[in-house]
Amino acid sequence: MSLIRPYGDTTGDGMVQLSFTLPIAHSKLADGAALQLANKMGMEPALVVHSKPMGPDFTFFVVYGRVNHLVDPSRVEIVERDYDLLTPKEVNAAVKESLRRRMVVVGACIGTDAHTVGIDAILNIKGFAGEKGLEYYRELKVVNLGAQVSVPQLVERAVEEKADAILVSQVVSQRDAHLLNTREMSAAFREAFPPSRRPLLVVGGPRFGESMADELGVDRVFTRGTTPGEVASYLVHQLARRAS
Amino acid sequence: MVSTGTTTGGRSTAVKKLDLDRATVRQARALARKVGRPIVKLAQEHTTVSVERATLRLAGLGGADPDGTPWVNRLADAVRADVGLEHGLALPVWDALLRGEAEDLETLAQKASAGSTRFQLPEGRAAQKARTASRRQVAAGVRRIDARRRERERLIARIGDAPRQPWIYLIVATGDIHEDIPQAQQAAREGADVIAVIRSTGQSLLDYVPEGATREGFAGTYATQENFRLMRAALDDSSRELGRYVRLTNYASGLCMPEIAALAGLERLDMMLNDSMYGILFRDINPVRTFVDQRFSRQVHARAGIIINTGEDNYLTTADAVEAAHTVTTSQLLNEYFGKEAGLEDWQLGLGHAFEIDPAVAESFRMELAHALLARELFPDAPLKWMPPTRHMTGDVFRGYLLDGFFNLAGALTGQGILLVGMMTEAVVTPWLSDRDLALQNVRYVLDAAGGLHEDFRPAPDGFIANRARQVLGESIDLLGQILDHEAGLLDAIADGTFGLMRRPADAGRGLDGVARKAGEYYNPAIEILEAQP
Repeated sequence: MSLIRPYGDTTGDGMVQLSFTLPIAHSKLADGAALQLANKMGMEPALVVHSKPMGPDFTFFVVYGRVNHLVDPSRVEIVERDYDLLTPKEVNAAVKESLRRRMVVVGACIGTDAHTVGIDAILNIKGFAGEKGLEYYRELKVVNLGAQVSVPQLVERAVEEKADAILVSQVVSQRDAHLLNTREMSAAFREAFPPSRRPLLVVGGPRFGESMADELGVDRVFTRGTTPGEVASYLVHQLARRAS
Repeated sequence: MVSTGTTTGGRSTAVKKLDLDRATVRQARALARKVGRPIVKLAQEHTTVSVERATLRLAGLGGADPDGTPWVNRLADAVRADVGLEHGLALPVWDALLRGEAEDLETLAQKASAGSTRFQLPEGRAAQKARTASRRQVAAGVRRIDARRRERERLIARIGDAPRQPWIYLIVATGDIHEDIPQAQQAAREGADVIAVIRSTGQSLLDYVPEGATREGFAGTYATQENFRLMRAALDDSSRELGRYVRLTNYASGLCMPEIAALAGLERLDMMLNDSMYGILFRDINPVRTFVDQRFSRQVHARAGIIINTGEDNYLTTADAVEAAHTVTTSQLLNEYFGKEAGLEDWQLGLGHAFEIDPAVAESFRMELAHALLARELFPDAPLKWMPPTRHMTGDVFRGYLLDGFFNLAGALTGQGILLVGMMTEAVVTPWLSDRDLALQNVRYVLDAAGGLHEDFRPAPDGFIANRARQVLGESIDLLGQILDHEAGLLDAIADGTFGLMRRPADAGRGLDGVARKAGEYYNPAIEILEAQP
């Protein structure tokens, strides 16, 4: 693939827009400071198209300009989807065939995180992005524990329900709470289950990186924009592999 | 202008735009009353650890032991271990004081937690003396709340009130009260009429109120008496600087709702988030615990002149805003019934609703207008709390800014009382300085450009908006009917997932072990005083 650069209105013009605040009173000096920052960020030439005081000590800027950086798509690192996207019908059929019973999925927001929006988008029948949530899948038994579930509670329910997969959502990332909570969770499951019996551990949230699965001790990390269908397809793919 | 600042202006005289059928509206209220009454009875028959601790706080017991456990918890636990909770704490506690076990509540709490005091349930004359003594001491606390209410009214009269409606409501949430204060003062300077300090994530599930000024919170700042005091004092300074009284909001919710309500009254907070079912549905707090705590906290709010904000917007964050529109109306009707039963007046009912319809749905804005107008006309004298889009804020901040503009326009067109300012970076980051500034520009533009448009806005009598509003009201009446069809009414309906798709049985959930059925000799001076409103 060839090198690319940002596109404003002409191929190769390299134009980007940027907005930011500087802790400095609105003045010509402030505009100059904004320009200097834009230059240092690689925008050359840059144009401060808007600057506005926000109180006596701050100024807000909008800057347009050309960046000289090139992007090489062949050297971009991403986690490619390594499973097929299935329809709910196909997921149900695959579960029936590989497990010969319903797949049990236990979901929760752990720690003090009270933001159930992520787990609900994946699990609630209502779903997300036009796709129905996992509750809609006939062959999935969904246990949504909701918010502020402690790790021991989650492990206990996983044992009780004979969970095949654990879905954990973490939105709050202050002081890396999402990373600490996830590591605590994966460690607890590793302690409570022998490797062959351990449920699949899946974590999701807007501040995770897809490539963090190993360091967090989980099987998969999903990030912003993940749909229920992707999660269901992944679970089926993994469990079918395990069963075979 | 209203000089007391305790009303938000005679809206009931405003022209009706939806021409709702009066008999239907009466029917809706009658059904809400029928659904709510057994819950009130349930609340009257029970007490909770938090109601009892709130009573001790009104009697003046504050502070915490060196581990940070509040003395009210220490004392309540000790009394409960000796004589149980079902008689209330007042009789055994003041009996101990009268027996000379300690000279004051704090000393008694210290001795009790060291195990050197035994509590007993007094009888006869001793019980009568304990009742009188406890009532005298709790009444002093209620008088302090009364004084804070008069102080608010005086300040509003002297300094001036918010210049127009809707009141502009902004959030601060740094986790550190000393960071919150300059941010709140800056937000007030930028035009906020109401400042809300978001609580630390998870505080709702703590069965105690933390003590002192706090600098460590997750996605919010702990609600403590000292934090309340510091922020109110700072906003009093801002109010004087700006020539308008800036209101302060916090959360009376979670396991310590009654205590936080008491602290809010004592520290002159002006509005409190306080929903009848939020804790049950979204925090899995036991339903009985919630209804008992909620009734007491609302009695305190009524007395303190605090405006409550209910949480109907939350239903729409988990359920579809079109399909579930009637659950909002139903909950508003219930919140109104529970609120008024607890002594709140119309001007204190900041009933919640939100702009959460998927913008990809055709005619979504007309539907938003229909829902907002329905709330406005069903509750003409309530200062409705209008909540911005969150669910369909995708990270595309440009589109989000437009959506917030339409949200503001809907608020202006339908006469909302309290407008929570939407941030284009919702779901991306906690608001930046520039986000707040842009958001306020958005609000100001809409209010300056179209603030009076509601005078010209008359939906066609049988048009889309009027019909949609009637449909939602009809569906909420149906839902109230379905709730009544359950054997145990609202408790069963909550158990089977009628609201927000969450199933919450009455015999489960957090805080159940802090609930007790009142015994025959139960006594609580706070309830006695609050129910005999002056």
